[in-house]
Amino acid sequence: MRMKSLALAAALSLSVTLPAAAEPVKVGMITTLSGGGAGLGIDVRDGFMLAVKNSGNTDLELVVEDDQQKPDIAVQLADKMIQSEKVDILTGIIWSNLAMAVVPAATAQGKFYLSPNAGPSALAGKGCHENYFNVAWQNDNLHEAAGAYANDAGFKNSFILAPNYPAGKDALTGYKRFYKGDVAGEIYTQLGQNDYAAEIAQIRASGADSVFFFLPGGMGIAFMKQYAASGVGMPLIGPAFSFDQGILQAVGEAALGVKNTSQWNKDIDNPANKAFVESFQAEYGRLPSLYASQGFDTANLILSAMGKASVGDADAFRAALEEADFDSVRGSFKFASNHHPVQDIYVREVIKEGDVFTNKIIGTALKDHADAYAAECKL
Amino acid sequence: MSPILFIEQLLNGLQFGIMLFLMASGLTLVFGVMGLINLAHGSLFMIGAFAAAAVAGWSGSFLLGLAAALAAAAAAGVIIETVVIRRLYNRDHLDQVLATFALILILSEGTRWLFGSFPLYLERPSWLAGPVTLPGGIEYSSYRLALIVVGLAIAAGLFFLVTHTRLGDRIRAGESDREMIAALGVDISKLYTIVFALGAALAGLAGALVGAIQSVQVGMGEPVLILAFVVIVIGGIGSIKGALIGALLVGLTDTLGRFLLPILFGTVMDPASATAVGSALASMAIYMLMALVLLIRPQGLFGGAP
Repeated sequence: MRMKSLALAAALSLSVTLPAAAEPVKVGMITTLSGGGAGLGIDVRDGFMLAVKNSGNTDLELVVEDDQQKPDIAVQLADKMIQSEKVDILTGIIWSNLAMAVVPAATAQGKFYLSPNAGPSALAGKGCHENYFNVAWQNDNLHEAAGAYANDAGFKNSFILAPNYPAGKDALTGYKRFYKGDVAGEIYTQLGQNDYAAEIAQIRASGADSVFFFLPGGMGIAFMKQYAASGVGMPLIGPAFSFDQGILQAVGEAALGVKNTSQWNKDIDNPANKAFVESFQAEYGRLPSLYASQGFDTANLILSAMGKASVGDADAFRAALEEADFDSVRGSFKFASNHHPVQDIYVREVIKEGDVFTNKIIGTALKDHADAYAAECKL
Repeated sequence: MSPILFIEQLLNGLQFGIMLFLMASGLTLVFGVMGLINLAHGSLFMIGAFAAAAVAGWSGSFLLGLAAALAAAAAAGVIIETVVIRRLYNRDHLDQVLATFALILILSEGTRWLFGSFPLYLERPSWLAGPVTLPGGIEYSSYRLALIVVGLAIAAGLFFLVTHTRLGDRIRAGESDREMIAALGVDISKLYTIVFALGAALAGLAGALVGAIQSVQVGMGEPVLILAFVVIVIGGIGSIKGALIGALLVGLTDTLGRFLLPILFGTVMDPASATAVGSALASMAIYMLMALVLLIRPQGLFGGAP
């Protein structure tokens, strides 16, 4: 009996002293780990876990679940994580349609959501929220940079194509927002389409001087292989999504020399990035992709905020996140008023190092670039 | 629009149709002979592509890759038939759909477990890499031209097999009266295994041939599977001839629709909305074709009486 009350007293005193020490933070990661889009989610998760491991911080507890790239499953997982797992922060979603299904409900329940990838315009403008942060980019950003690069490269007549879904329309809008030349042709392809013979024949007949395409995942692999085989030969431009480390090896020679725009590359020269690329290769035995870099930065942002404020104090924690006081692998990084990044976006070229296809930075497309929707956000 | 561009698009439609035929012929045989709905047919397509990518990457020979695709898909077909499918012949279609859907999940995750989550590399052989110039000055991919030729040869071979060989007699007999040919002493379970393996091998071959110009990744078979079902519904279930005609119709409708509809709407509205409306309608075109065929001939173009 005495032992019991002693233990109880000890436990009580512990629980009194605990808040003074660092408060543990529980992070729920909902991401795509199965199906055709799994490569992206796996990279985000691996980048995130690497940052936590490198920091040695044991107060960050991570729960990971697979959304199978399905909005209904993502919503169920978010409910489960908020209600039964009692997470403080949600993160991980790759696809904009899933983000739209999960983020507004989660932030309305007072949870923080940090996006390591999807950046739909609806969450950057009127639909922005004080608890929503995007650590990657607003969806239009890389396409805008591609348009700016097309001007710099002297292209006057671009043929542009993207899949017929919201992010595809954002892509062509983003490209045209900065590109000043004429549009030789504009095609919306089917989402998931794998044969581009019909489109390539039209590109050949259009008399364009360049081709801008946004075809993420397997669609881009198919397009580039078929484009290279067709012998059309006009220069290709695209956002980094069709040129990440996981995809390039499957495209092979067909991608060599293609210019693409990205906010990150493994050769950005700063100590944080060097350490990231080295430790990622050592941990997982492959080169990191931009998705891995986004996961890594997201974790480091959370860790930096944990060092400044307790997650229980939402206002203080939000202020700490807004400071973005962490060493980003991208170098300079800060948030605009709508909690989306202000960052440099680079032009990369696909090269071959040994027998691995990868990217090299060849210039800067846009400096300190923010997104076009910040003015609509009332934060 | 120049005539050259139009002919090029016709060839593209033809090539797409022929590849669909390789998928649909196996599906329609299995459905016609065994009365089985096999959703996992797309997974056999994927197995073919992965086997080809692995063997071609290891040996450097595309033809060895093709042989591996045929062998791996046929072997997978035999295993799936004897272990799972055999138990489903006497069940209703819902059970078959459930079980073969489970097979999709098992085979997809199994492939990811073996090969990882990233797409694999599979390229055309160097002797079919470039374009060829056809009469009339049309530049066309030599690989796609080869696909058309190979596909037509396989279609001819399949017709010969079904109409002029003993195995073909049994397949056709099995289609019209299953109990009777079993009563006549034909080993029906062996026949089923052979037909299933044949369908699987054709799907695997299609996967390998198409994988060289597309992306070899987990889940690549499911979009093709949907199109293959459209093909057999249009062509008539169980009919090889229907599968061929249906596949060509779907291939041509899809390709020419994507190409011509935006141009057609461009004559009456501004380019941006013509592109949007045209491409939206183009993605519906084959389903509208299917609905039209179902309306006029519910049993499909070459299907038997319902």
